[in-house]
Amino acid sequence: MRSTLIHQIEETLSTNSNSYLLTGDLGFGIFDDFPVKYPDQFFNCGVAEQNMTSVACGLAMEGGSVFTYSIGNFSTLRCLEQIRNDVCYHSCDVTVITVGAGFSYGQLGVSHFATEDLAIVSALPNISIFSPCDDFEINQLYSQLRLLKSPKYFRIDKSYCENLPQSSLTLGVPRLISESSSRIALLATGGIVSEAMKVVDLLQPYNLAPSVYSVHTIKPIDESFVESLSSSYDAIFTLEEHNKYGGLGSILSQILLSCSTRPSVFKSFYIPDCYPSIVGDQQYLRKYYGLDALSLSKSLRSILSF
Amino acid sequence: MHNSVQLAQKIRLDVVNMTSSGKSSHVASCLSIADILAVLYCDILVKDPSVPSLPERDRFILSKGHAGAAVYAVLAESGYFSPDLLNNHYRNGSNFSGHVSHHRVPGVEVSTGSLGHGLGIACGMALRAKCTAQNHRIFCLLSDGELDEGSNWESFLFAAHFKLSNLVIIIDYNKLQSISSTENTIALEPLLDKFRSFNLHVLETDGHNHESLRLCFDNCLVNTSSPHIIICHTVKGKGVSFMENNVLWHYRNAQGDEYDAAISQLNPTR
Repeated sequence: MRSTLIHQIEETLSTNSNSYLLTGDLGFGIFDDFPVKYPDQFFNCGVAEQNMTSVACGLAMEGGSVFTYSIGNFSTLRCLEQIRNDVCYHSCDVTVITVGAGFSYGQLGVSHFATEDLAIVSALPNISIFSPCDDFEINQLYSQLRLLKSPKYFRIDKSYCENLPQSSLTLGVPRLISESSSRIALLATGGIVSEAMKVVDLLQPYNLAPSVYSVHTIKPIDESFVESLSSSYDAIFTLEEHNKYGGLGSILSQILLSCSTRPSVFKSFYIPDCYPSIVGDQQYLRKYYGLDALSLSKSLRSILSF
Repeated sequence: MHNSVQLAQKIRLDVVNMTSSGKSSHVASCLSIADILAVLYCDILVKDPSVPSLPERDRFILSKGHAGAAVYAVLAESGYFSPDLLNNHYRNGSNFSGHVSHHRVPGVEVSTGSLGHGLGIACGMALRAKCTAQNHRIFCLLSDGELDEGSNWESFLFAAHFKLSNLVIIIDYNKLQSISSTENTIALEPLLDKFRSFNLHVLETDGHNHESLRLCFDNCLVNTSSPHIIICHTVKGKGVSFMENNVLWHYRNAQGDEYDAAISQLNPTR
């Protein structure tokens, strides 16, 4: 997904001289020819994310359309106040990009786990948050978000889905990627949507296969669409590679609780509110926290076996 | 129209009135920069108060946002809006917040308040001007205590590396910060050497001497290869004897006899 996004950004750099890409000294191998090709639009700001984000604000206040790039928490939490006070309060056309959502860098340790970002960034007014699950969503989101001249956060996962149906995509509206006749829905965000798709196969024999939605837009989310889910499904599940608090499950439960018709079953799957003392690859850590397809299938069967 | 000395006096009177009436803090921080602001807005900045967003204007960013009252005052006295509006400072429902805010205040480029933000934004504006071959300058005023914030040192490195010669950084070096002196808190000296070693074009002046300030700002036009930084030696609370060099007036506002004394010192001909 990263290379797809970078390809899109390069297309923008080449066609719009008011666009800028700033990196916090990351992206080895993918930006190699950018300094030569875009000397007045691509800047390596060094390992200095606070300044990078403020510089982005300054460029945007003068008419620029700016991307900031880093990995893990470096483009978000490291410079959170710059995103809040500079980018969001001034409502600047700045797109914050992080590569390495959730446990993408699972072997690198807690410093590199982007597992609280959705909660923290979504609490900032004026910013939109995108969490795609495949290249199709990257391309669709990118073409639509270019029209937004306000702050944006793009969360890119190492894992991704393949061979999903390529229907249309609307900003803010969860995308139906697997439809089932059961009255069960599973909504997931980011690369872990791939686990949700495996759950469909695993629960098919039990007639418990859920309809799966990819929640590519975390904020703003179409609340009326989410409300409509509560009348279409008796059981709604959410799945995210993110802390228990403030992510997809929190956001959807807040909306669904205010509905007149509520699903009889609502359950969120997330990373518990702790820091793991172990490391491992993304798949290992998903399994460790019961977020892999097999564990999820068992949980769903147990919950639904009434 | 007034000259810079008259404007500085107006700013000082305004900020004492605003902080006393609004019962707000930071009057001494405002008095410290009154002369710098007066010289900038009277003699240096390219501007048109009737067109605050004039593309060719020089940009001024107050990074030490707690001295917002002084910026509101200089803008009002320079014709951006009526000085009557200054009475709204710190009031319920007002746009004139304690820390400088751009919302519905003509002439304020950037909202600040948390220290260590303004310079990075100024760098972005300076970079944009260079990339698009625009000739305006970016002026950014920092406090000395603000230099404790690491983000500023990221910005110094950045500004020098990208040779942002259209950037003029001004340090309000009154040597007092929130609780004690800068040297007792986190020592800054040798400050001039630090900036020189960062490849900045360093100038030093009495921050209350208008002629010297004007010369420094003009000197920033001559050197065209590196960002400029002017260390302005100032007196916190300058102009009101009992506020000078007294950290209490970082917080206190003048009421009763103190208010009368402050006003009479600033406007002896009244």
